[in-house]
Amino acid sequence: MKPAKYMNPYLAGFFLGLLLLATIYITGRGLGASGAVKSAVVATVQTVSPEHTQQAKFYDEYLKEHQNNPLKNWLVFEMIGVLIGAFISGLISNHLTFKLERSDKIKNQTRVVAALFGGLFFGFGAQLGRGCTSGAALSGMAVLSTGGIFTMLAIFGGAYMFAFFFRKLWI
Amino acid sequence: MGPLVPDVIGNELNFVVALFIGIAFGFILEQAGFSTSKKLVGLFYGYDFTVLRVFFTAGVTAMLGVVALGHFGLLDISIIYINPTFLWSALIGGIIMGLGFVVGGFCPGTSFCAAAIGKIDAMVFIVGSFLGVLIFAEGYPLFENIYKAEYWGYARIFDTVGMSQGLFAFLLVMVAVGAFWITTLIENKINGKPNPEFSPMRLYVILTGIAAILAFSAFFMPDLKEKYLKEVEDVSFVKSYNLKETTSDELAFRIIDDENNLQIIDVRSLEEYKKFSLPKSQSISIKDLFGKDAKKILTVNRKMNVFLADDELMERKAAVIADKLGYEGISVLKGGLDAFKKEILNFKKPAEIKTRWEEDEIRFRLKASKLLPQLIEQNKHKIVPRKKSKRILGGC
Repeated sequence: MKPAKYMNPYLAGFFLGLLLLATIYITGRGLGASGAVKSAVVATVQTVSPEHTQQAKFYDEYLKEHQNNPLKNWLVFEMIGVLIGAFISGLISNHLTFKLERSDKIKNQTRVVAALFGGLFFGFGAQLGRGCTSGAALSGMAVLSTGGIFTMLAIFGGAYMFAFFFRKLWI
Repeated sequence: MGPLVPDVIGNELNFVVALFIGIAFGFILEQAGFSTSKKLVGLFYGYDFTVLRVFFTAGVTAMLGVVALGHFGLLDISIIYINPTFLWSALIGGIIMGLGFVVGGFCPGTSFCAAAIGKIDAMVFIVGSFLGVLIFAEGYPLFENIYKAEYWGYARIFDTVGMSQGLFAFLLVMVAVGAFWITTLIENKINGKPNPEFSPMRLYVILTGIAAILAFSAFFMPDLKEKYLKEVEDVSFVKSYNLKETTSDELAFRIIDDENNLQIIDVRSLEEYKKFSLPKSQSISIKDLFGKDAKKILTVNRKMNVFLADDELMERKAAVIADKLGYEGISVLKGGLDAFKKEILNFKKPAEIKTRWEEDEIRFRLKASKLLPQLIEQNKHKIVPRKKSKRILGGC
């Protein structure tokens, strides 16, 4: 069976917008993603070295906000949903694979290193910027937050700024 | 009035809601093609602007929806999560994320989406983001200064740039639509052929028209808080606004009579309210009249809501806003609390009495001036300032 075509981007955007609106109406907060990674980091450090989480301010503050249970976080549940939802979509549209996707011009190792460092920068930046493309940029635009819109401009502006230097990875 | 959490939907149920919202989120991202890094970075090299289309369409759809819900009083904007603005961390963090985007080919949400359908590069990206968060967490004392610098509060972009909400919303939609047209032209040029997805041009002309109309509607859905607070600055407008008045005698009588449907809405500051307040009164600031908490108080059935402040003008300002917001049973205390104190609480018997009617009034006032202080004293221990709904925490 051939993989199904992707949805029209404007239609997908419209649905995503309605979902975001419903999320704000129901929960009073927007969508997010990187916060779930933060929960996982805190949970891991807490398991490996509980004393360390009490000494280091970052973990201490986070654990206090979450009654010592870092995984009991809205975004953790939401991201579990994302995995399920994306899998269902991949299943019905025949997109399921198991492969390392890369440009034909680069080696597998290059792609792995780039993906690792890309993730590292994004994870770090999302902490500094208090949210990623979902939590800060998209949800911030929906509520017309100055910080969210500045972050959005910086993400896309930054990406265009660096795009030239990393063009060999993609084209 | 939204948000439904925590009153209608409890905090525990909210986690179940999160799961279902996530499922829809992941499904839409995957259907849009956000599970492939090649498509995601396309906009930075001009060969595929899917990300821009999906992102901007979603952003303006939700934004117009929030504007509309706020205008029609269906969503309490004062307690939903507005991403706080810390200028430097927003900009620097954003630029670092941009770097991560072109190097890694994903953002956190899309990497989960791609990993779910088996993309190994996305799984590696997630490991990388885990390390990135860990580095930030471990080095937090080093970054804390920049992380917390230049705090602008819960700033809204239209205030920051000095526009009305309507104008900004309109311009944002127009910029999005303009970007859609231009990037489609760029995309066709770079790929050397028109994109088959966009062949029925007429459809897109119609959609652009619809978007323009929706954008224009933002002008007719101003932020009511901003609008009404400005309107009541006009003293002559407030003075001539038709409002029911309650006299000091009537109010005193109803308090003494312990009337159940009487409710006094005290719009003075919370400190003043705590120091001295009448029985059957609730404290609400004028700004809070727009929110969810005020709605709970003011929509109790068959209540008579008497607005109270030191002077009548202040009462009128609040009452005008309440009336415009559609609340019923509104009236103001004639002459304000100042008159009430003079005519009732500190009432002194005048030297001469002219008419029979005046005699009755004086008799009542003398009686009330003895009774009311006792009632106020008894009421003192009942004064518990309302629990105010807190702003919901969100973000990543």
